[in-house]
Amino acid sequence: MVLAEKYAKKIDAADLPQKTKDQLKKFLDEKEISDAQFKHILERVLAEYQSTRIEACEAVGIIAAQSIGEPGTQMTMRTFHYAGVAEINVTLGLPRLIEIMDARKEPSTPTMTVYLEPEYANDRDKAREVSWQIEAAPLHEFGDITTDMENMHVVVHLNTKVCDKRKIAPQQIMETAPKKIRDRRHYRDFEHDIDEAKATIIFSPKDRESYQNLFQLAEHVRNVIVQGIDDILRVVVRKETGEYILYTEGSNLKDVFDVVGVDTTRTRTNNISEIASVLGVEAARNAIIHEAVSTLNEQGILVDVRHLMLVADMMCMEGEVKQIGRHGIAGEKESVLSRAAFEVTVNHLLDAAVANEVDELSGVTENVIVGQPIQLGTGDVKLIAVRQQEN
Amino acid sequence: MPSPKRIGQIEFGLLSPKEIREMSVRKIIWADTYDDDGFPYPQGLMDLNLGVIDPGLRCKTCDQKASECPGHFGHIELAKPVIHVGYTRLIRKLLRVTCRACGRVLLSPEEIEKVVGTEDDQTGDILSEKDVKKERVCPHCGEQQLKINFEKPTTFSEVMIEDGKKVEHKLTPADIRARMEKIPNEDLIPLGINPDVARPEWTILTVLPVPPVTMRPSIILENGQRSEDDLTHKLVDIIRINQRFKENQDAGAPQLIIEDLWELLQYHVTTYLDNEVAGCPPARHRSGRPLKTLSQRLKGKDGRFRGSLSGKRVNFSSRTVISPDPNLSVSQVGVPRAVANEMTIPVRVTAYNIEELKQIVRTGPLRPNVNAPCGANYVIRPDNRRLRLGADNLDTVADMIEPGWTVERQLRDNDVVLFNRQPSLHRMSIMAHRVKVMEGRTFRLNPAVCPPYNADFDGDEMNMHVPQTEEARAEANILLSVHENILSPRFGGPIIGGIHDHVSGIFMLTHDTRWFTKEEALYLLRYTNIEHMPPPGKKEGGVEYWSNKQVFSQILPEHLNMVFRASSCQNCDTCKKELCDRDAYVRIIDGKLECGTIDKKAIGAFDGQIVNRIIRQQGMKRASVFIDDLTKLSIRAIMFDGFSFGIDDEDLSKTEYGQIDEVLKNAALDVTRRIKIYEDGQLEPMPGRTVEETLEMQIMQVLGKARDQTGQIAGRHLGLGNSAVVMAVSGARGSMLNLTQMAGCIGQQSVRGERIVRGYDDRTLPHFRKGDRGSDAHGFIQHSYKGGLNPTEFFFHAIGGREGLVDTAVRTSQSGYLQRRMINALQDLKVAYDGTVRTTGGRIIQFEYGEDGTDPTKSAFGDPVDVKGIVESILKEEV
Repeated sequence: MVLAEKYAKKIDAADLPQKTKDQLKKFLDEKEISDAQFKHILERVLAEYQSTRIEACEAVGIIAAQSIGEPGTQMTMRTFHYAGVAEINVTLGLPRLIEIMDARKEPSTPTMTVYLEPEYANDRDKAREVSWQIEAAPLHEFGDITTDMENMHVVVHLNTKVCDKRKIAPQQIMETAPKKIRDRRHYRDFEHDIDEAKATIIFSPKDRESYQNLFQLAEHVRNVIVQGIDDILRVVVRKETGEYILYTEGSNLKDVFDVVGVDTTRTRTNNISEIASVLGVEAARNAIIHEAVSTLNEQGILVDVRHLMLVADMMCMEGEVKQIGRHGIAGEKESVLSRAAFEVTVNHLLDAAVANEVDELSGVTENVIVGQPIQLGTGDVKLIAVRQQEN
Repeated sequence: MPSPKRIGQIEFGLLSPKEIREMSVRKIIWADTYDDDGFPYPQGLMDLNLGVIDPGLRCKTCDQKASECPGHFGHIELAKPVIHVGYTRLIRKLLRVTCRACGRVLLSPEEIEKVVGTEDDQTGDILSEKDVKKERVCPHCGEQQLKINFEKPTTFSEVMIEDGKKVEHKLTPADIRARMEKIPNEDLIPLGINPDVARPEWTILTVLPVPPVTMRPSIILENGQRSEDDLTHKLVDIIRINQRFKENQDAGAPQLIIEDLWELLQYHVTTYLDNEVAGCPPARHRSGRPLKTLSQRLKGKDGRFRGSLSGKRVNFSSRTVISPDPNLSVSQVGVPRAVANEMTIPVRVTAYNIEELKQIVRTGPLRPNVNAPCGANYVIRPDNRRLRLGADNLDTVADMIEPGWTVERQLRDNDVVLFNRQPSLHRMSIMAHRVKVMEGRTFRLNPAVCPPYNADFDGDEMNMHVPQTEEARAEANILLSVHENILSPRFGGPIIGGIHDHVSGIFMLTHDTRWFTKEEALYLLRYTNIEHMPPPGKKEGGVEYWSNKQVFSQILPEHLNMVFRASSCQNCDTCKKELCDRDAYVRIIDGKLECGTIDKKAIGAFDGQIVNRIIRQQGMKRASVFIDDLTKLSIRAIMFDGFSFGIDDEDLSKTEYGQIDEVLKNAALDVTRRIKIYEDGQLEPMPGRTVEETLEMQIMQVLGKARDQTGQIAGRHLGLGNSAVVMAVSGARGSMLNLTQMAGCIGQQSVRGERIVRGYDDRTLPHFRKGDRGSDAHGFIQHSYKGGLNPTEFFFHAIGGREGLVDTAVRTSQSGYLQRRMINALQDLKVAYDGTVRTTGGRIIQFEYGEDGTDPTKSAFGDPVDVKGIVESILKEEV
């Protein structure tokens, strides 16, 4: 039996958030209820909804900061932990939380979770193909590299079988390898010769006087990335919830999005500043919330999302991701006294004097310093009740 | 009553030499402080015009006494200008961006506009050094610019090219000042300087303000000697050098000597302003301690800003050790009589309370016992004179009292006080309690309020503050009281609830079915708030019996309906519901516990399902009554059976020991087998791991499994008759893992999540062979705590334990700093009356708080409405 239509209609008409409506429908489903009971339930729900509204003047910022900071002492310090995938190390716990709040340019362990489009996601081989397009593969994985000391050559003999397996044409490798050595590895003192028929590339240093050059060149040739994305050191393919997902070590959102077969709507990285530059601040804000929530949840700490939303909104308010701290939000406050009370006291005061700054005394710290009520909570209420005179 | 004045704003600016002279009350010329009679020298650093610190003297400027005179500034005329260290970077910037001849900014108006923005749209940056190319030609007068070198702390020089060689030409502060004077006002604005309050030449000091003596008081040591403040010492140095400089200058001393003295004067002024400048040796006290000069007074945790302005020491507070008392209500605090006698609340005398207050005054400052009515320590007359009450004047004062006086009455039962434990990490770290005066010397509190304070009784101390005004007491009562803070704003669940023995006690009481006689049932419920006993559950041989569930139901509110699974629930695939073997299916209908065991999930802090439901449906008040009843009932329950744990509770029988040995032996064999495979090169590495890493992971896995097996063997032997098992199953304290370690095997010790590997070459201790990868050699402890460790195991255990200690120490400091930063970043946010989240300055951060305007404190673990709870309570069945 589905929920009686008349009830469903009433629920839909009520002034409630969608989540509550859905819960109501779910719980009342397949239940024998009388009209009176339903009325009673709906009344109680509406009343409770009204009572859980946030009150004006509530110091939500401080509550959010406390709610995230207080469990910090319970979190582990252990930097590396295997989250989900045993093969990939990810920074977790307090260090990761600090990293998120610091808005670091690069996390200490960048990783991506790459979702695939349906036709790739259900096929192990196809998923593997995508992973080859992503994982950085050095040249030595595609053939034999020999250092010919007599002729001062480094000879690369490509293994066409491997190339076929990895879905890359030998010609392409032969083309990209020397170019990449020059552009990416900034090593230019060599010449190369391509023999397409034999699938061989011969590299020779410009200066043939020294073996040192030869070995240096050989090293570059061995390690030059010829397939995949340079920043992504490793890719692990895993089947989860019925589809294949790629986990990576290293992150480069922009280039991964260009790979065929990647589902760009679900793929994500833990590098927040990268998300900000590729997808914009709004996405970065969501990423901050997501990263912080999953860091806390992984530690088994319950924190309401609303607190993290507030932190994320504060960090992204100016249109770019700002750090929580001296070089971000706290350091760019309007109030001189508030900044001085936080860090680098003296410099803030000296600079304020030259710039003729004026402290409007609107924030909390400033008013505490000068000794007057703060503009939050009960201190924000400016109403004074005047008792009615009799007659 | 005069309306309280509000400071509207504070403007910052530089003091010009003119202003310094104008505000000065005295020119200071003598480096000496006091003469031989101990009287301040006129025009000395302690001149009476600058204010007084000695009681009895009067300030020559304002004619007030030491306690009233705020102090007045003096000034020193410097023989030659010196640089203000704080502004060296600004001076460097100005020297580099302005012309050495005409003083204009070295950029054309168009170039300035590019950086700063047009006149209407000043959105750009202020000019910085980088905007001006080095050594260019002035666009205004065509003068060739020179490179300016700056050497820390205060030396500037120009680099000239003479005969093709670079020659550094030093700039004296006087030269710099002359150049600053040439910069026109309109050129300063794009540089971020407001010339009305901060002309750049004012950063080169020609006259030095002398702070009033009140901010650098001298102290008199025990031997009667005066000891001057660090600032006074530094000022003495400055005046002395300044004086010598002047004399030399007047006498026409050679340039070299003048320069030396100038540098010396600069050094003293520099260290006077900041004694921690890079490249400048700090000025030291005779004992070798660096002086605490102006910057140091402001800076840091104990500096003026963080130490004296943002946080202050307060009166009407006390601190002592805490200890538990389960018979108190959660909202009470036991206050020692000694504390209650010392702390006071001011009460204004009115016609209505005069008789009561007279009685209080007659009692005086010494209250004989906790049941005696409170006394008073002071009375305040209408002219604000304070009279101390002593044994001799009680009756006379009592007779003098009339409306308009104020009596400072001692604490008595039911007064509201604030109770706090550091670190105050969240708002529940300060809550308002009701006083209960008690004998003894410790604060007493119900152990159920330990979680919000994060307190225990191993010597913790807590603070108590007594609010002094009616307004403060009202706020404490309405906003801070314990029952208002049962719910945590962090996740919207109860943070106050039963802990440790409460959970064990209630578990033992409600587990399975037991029958109590009337006498027994009343013993259990004696201290709770119930008035009637329900009809007995059964009658046998004429004796009435009440079931354990009935007894517990007495403290439940009448209309409570809920169904949930206790923490002892094993999450079986198909729930047997009422027939659960572990009695983990809890069903409460109409305030009656029908089945199930009450444990941590039901009443514990952080989980407390029942507590949570009561708050949502019947309010905070009822919930705190429930918690009070619960703590009392559970303590009686645990005392009814008795609860103890001893060394023999970890004993197992011979069969179990045999099985454990077997398991450990097999594990050791398995490890050696895997090492053998590895050594033969047969080990297949896991993807993305080296062979060594794979081996390590395998070994860890095998040993971990072995330990768990020993735990299971021990668990089989130890049933609910064992106290440790009761604690683990009910969730009161500890887990089966702890029991495993006590009775079975301690298991692998780890450092950074890996087996212990460091120590000597290729081995952890010299007791092992080099390259030994076996379990013993890398910190596997196969004994139990009961069985005892062998020396190497003990050592490994210490290593593992130490890591934990270091971890905690590092973590507290890191998370403390994170929290400080977050508080600072977010402290100004509030919900405005229109429902948006704004800073106090009015900037909008969110249009609706948390996207749905729900208060996380009142939310049901994040949901705006606890739909499940409401439906359950009305339909009276599980949903």
